[in-house]
Amino acid sequence: MTETSSQTAGPYLHIGLLPNASGLPMYGGADVGSVIAGPEVEGERIAVRGRVLDGEGQPAADAMVEAWQADPQGRFPPDAARGFHGFGRSGCDADGVWTFQTVRPGPVGGASFLTLMIFARGIGLGLHTRMYWPGSSDAVLAAAGDRAGTLVAEARDGGLWFDIRLQGEGETVFLDV
Amino acid sequence: MTLSPRDRTVHPPALAPAYRSTALRAPRHAPLSMPSGPAEETGPVFGHDLIGGTDADLVHNFSGAPALGERIIVHGHLRDEAGRPVPDALVEVWQANAGGRYRHAKDGYLAPLDPNFGGCGRCMTDAEGRYAFRTIRPGAYPWPNGGNDWRPAHIHFSLFGHAFGQRLVTQMYFEGDPHVALCPIVQSVPDAAAIDRLVARLDMEGTVPFDARAYRFDLVLRGRAATPFEGRA
Repeated sequence: MTETSSQTAGPYLHIGLLPNASGLPMYGGADVGSVIAGPEVEGERIAVRGRVLDGEGQPAADAMVEAWQADPQGRFPPDAARGFHGFGRSGCDADGVWTFQTVRPGPVGGASFLTLMIFARGIGLGLHTRMYWPGSSDAVLAAAGDRAGTLVAEARDGGLWFDIRLQGEGETVFLDV
Repeated sequence: MTLSPRDRTVHPPALAPAYRSTALRAPRHAPLSMPSGPAEETGPVFGHDLIGGTDADLVHNFSGAPALGERIIVHGHLRDEAGRPVPDALVEVWQANAGGRYRHAKDGYLAPLDPNFGGCGRCMTDAEGRYAFRTIRPGAYPWPNGGNDWRPAHIHFSLFGHAFGQRLVTQMYFEGDPHVALCPIVQSVPDAAAIDRLVARLDMEGTVPFDARAYRFDLVLRGRAATPFEGRA
């Protein structure tokens, strides 16, 4: 059998995937992906933010970013720490800024990173990338060569900042995994 | 559990000029190919207890009173490329109402909102990989793409398998809709057979007499090969 074709999530993805955050009260008020690591998870708490920008540097305010990550010991669910879900969803504000409140993942394959998927109008197949902690090195960063810097976050305001540039100068490296 | 490589010939290319929104959002570089690892071969775990009693019933899950429109059941099978059922997988859907209007702050189409229709639902696949929703048939609607463009009636689907690398978001269309052939978003898929698989079929056997017609829409996620030699079927 062949994989079903992807289609864009479109500009109104919020009502389906982040209904409560978009003003549509559903499911008892809780959106899927609202808690990556519950309060019982011990680890380095951190806010991770960034923008999604188009080829003209304009914010893609309609985009949604999903995060998937390991727990502080580098384990993924279902083998992760109690209360650790590992999955997050964030819409973007008018400036294209998304936000996750999480814990620093332990190293997987030698580095700490978030897997990110970006869905939006004009994106036919969700874009897959990684956000690495500063100072990381691994096989993926090595393969990215002189564009590896587009996969590494920067420290800012006590958290991390990671812009996702869909196109053009500084275009983020996207992955085919 | 290595993921089989994604067959990109059945997916829209990043740049599809007839779909104008891709112009500034399509990466210019080809994606960097790499083998899957733990980050792609694991995925979020959702329990059946996530799903509330009416979550999969879009006819009733907003206000409690029934929504306006043609009542339909949308159901099907979720499998992987090896043909194995994908049980316990989260399926989320969203759609316009019967008039073609979304309950979204940015949708200003002339068609009115239905006070009894929210437009989203979710369910989990059962032990055999089956899912089902009750909803109303969404309306077609015009959209800004530089000309007189109308989306075919469609339901958005978001799917999780058991690995984050299987993540898939797509749209389901309806058998017999002439807008399928005219839509630049649908036609960005470069394979006619693949487009045909996005079209749900009227399923008289699944119909609930005197209540709702049924449409069948089966979905396939990327395969997880048990060994590197067990590829796609």
